[in-house]
Amino acid sequence: MTTTPVASAAPLTDGADPAATPTTASMGRRPRRPSASLASMGQRTFTGGLALLFLFPMLWAAVSSVSPQGGTAQTDGYGFANYETLANYQAGIGQYLLNSTIVSVLTVLLTVGVSLLGGYAFARFQFPGKNLLFLGTLAILMVPYATLLIPLYVLLNDLGMQNSLVGLALVLTMFQLPFATFMMRISFEAVPKELEEAALVDGCGSFTALVRVLLPAVRPGLITVGIFAFLAAWNDFITPLILISDSTKVPLPLAVANLRGQTMGIVDYGATEAGVVVLALPCVLIFLLLQRHYVRGFMSGALKG
Amino acid sequence: MATTHSTAPPPTEDGPRRPAVRPRVTRRARARRRQGALYAAPTALFLIVFFVVPVILVFRMSVSDWGLFTGDLGLNAPENFTKALDDRLFWPAVWFTLKYTVVTTVILLGLALAMALVVQESGRWSAFVRTSFLVPSALGLASASLLFYALYSPQASPFNAVLEWTGISEDPVSFLGSPDRALWSTVALVVWRFAGFYMLLLLVGLQSIPGDVYEAARLDGASALQTFRRITLPLLKPSLALCTILCVTGSLLAFDQFYILTKGGPDNSTVTIVQLVYSMAFQGSNDLGRAAALSIVVLGGLIVLNAVQFLGLRGDKDA
Repeated sequence: MTTTPVASAAPLTDGADPAATPTTASMGRRPRRPSASLASMGQRTFTGGLALLFLFPMLWAAVSSVSPQGGTAQTDGYGFANYETLANYQAGIGQYLLNSTIVSVLTVLLTVGVSLLGGYAFARFQFPGKNLLFLGTLAILMVPYATLLIPLYVLLNDLGMQNSLVGLALVLTMFQLPFATFMMRISFEAVPKELEEAALVDGCGSFTALVRVLLPAVRPGLITVGIFAFLAAWNDFITPLILISDSTKVPLPLAVANLRGQTMGIVDYGATEAGVVVLALPCVLIFLLLQRHYVRGFMSGALKG
Repeated sequence: MATTHSTAPPPTEDGPRRPAVRPRVTRRARARRRQGALYAAPTALFLIVFFVVPVILVFRMSVSDWGLFTGDLGLNAPENFTKALDDRLFWPAVWFTLKYTVVTTVILLGLALAMALVVQESGRWSAFVRTSFLVPSALGLASASLLFYALYSPQASPFNAVLEWTGISEDPVSFLGSPDRALWSTVALVVWRFAGFYMLLLLVGLQSIPGDVYEAARLDGASALQTFRRITLPLLKPSLALCTILCVTGSLLAFDQFYILTKGGPDNSTVTIVQLVYSMAFQGSNDLGRAAALSIVVLGGLIVLNAVQFLGLRGDKDA
């Protein structure tokens, strides 16, 4: 560390041992450190170990899903028998994947569409009820899922959307709106007004200005909104648990959870691991490929929060 | 923007000519108000149909005799509330949920802060470590719970192999077998799933602390620990407050992890308050009215608690 030996008359009264915590040693703001010192080697071992600890469960699931294991379809040798069990479970994994895909795609499209228009309206227009509507959208965050899902169960039945994947997507879109609307509003606000004013002066309507001029500028925000909507819809558990009772219409997380309770109370852990891998794969891929957009979503929330 | 004479000619205006602008301003302003309302209409529609109406409905359900299969059978207030609060699992669920919330929040935020501190430098290694911490947060909580369900299984668990190998325990440990073990095993899952998320939020806070503050402390000869306690922690307070509120709220509403890992067991020792709402509505009693009443109690409790936290953390900051 680059601690100075030239200590002035120690204004900080806390008598503390500087060597006590290895973790705080790195706290100096991005210290330039050309050569790896002993301390940093120790720190690397520590952080590396912690990183492995975080990666371990998923790696373990992936490996053990193809490994031999008693009580599963894969009893000897390595192979994909557990995935076959999964594929043949009840309506077939294809059906559950399709359900999940329909719900996720619909939710993403609806969330992106609604929040694009909504964000534009909140950032660039004055209209009656604007602040009330924006606060109302954020208020969704204040109400627990369960509190909303009980009346929504009744409401969707009344609307003839019981066991409907479309109904499920509509509800999931509503849950996404606080974040999505907020994100799109700040995305639009970050675009200089001159950009669209020029287009408006050129005679474009506000919608043409949106599509031709603003859309490219807010695209990163839209991608972030889309990623979050996808992950939320793909992974949601309690919403379909309450809203979907037809076992052929449930999305994948519910199907994998149901699969555990099968054959006479004996849990097929191999098939469960295979299910987890199938569930996790798209999420991890999206995360790794689009990490930048994903991280920005958290950042914008944190900065304004 | 010198681009084009747009292909779509403006429908109402005929050429932007300076002198004519003045009287048209209000008309244009009115048109823009209309357009704004139009763009906000889908948001408003979603908000009304899927949020405002359900919130009104849940209040009505809470004062009605409303079975899962029978539907609305008329008012019965305040029977749903008294029944919900008299449920023999109500106080145990409240107690367990609070215990889980405190344990989770303390461990999770402590670890997240430590992680944020060790990975805040730029550089390849830190980037790799950061990414490793963050990967679990891309997983759904339900998927993570299913993963740990296998990870904790007596048959498949790799932890048992480790315990046996190190000689700590010969027999396979049942990680979800006792109330305490079920709690700690679930906390471990939640910490794994969310630590990266909170680390990221805290990193944002750390990055916003100006470098010269550290520089000044360094010149004054402050030790690393002094710097941490006197500079980093106080300046990080807004981020820590945000994390605390998110973590407390999330933990109080815990459902997926317990539904999948423990099903509330053993002996109903890990039933959370939201699980109780769910089981009142859809398991056994099939009483939507009572579940609605309990979920309103939860909502009220949450609002009060958030207000207290908010004021507490704000007041703290000014002090």
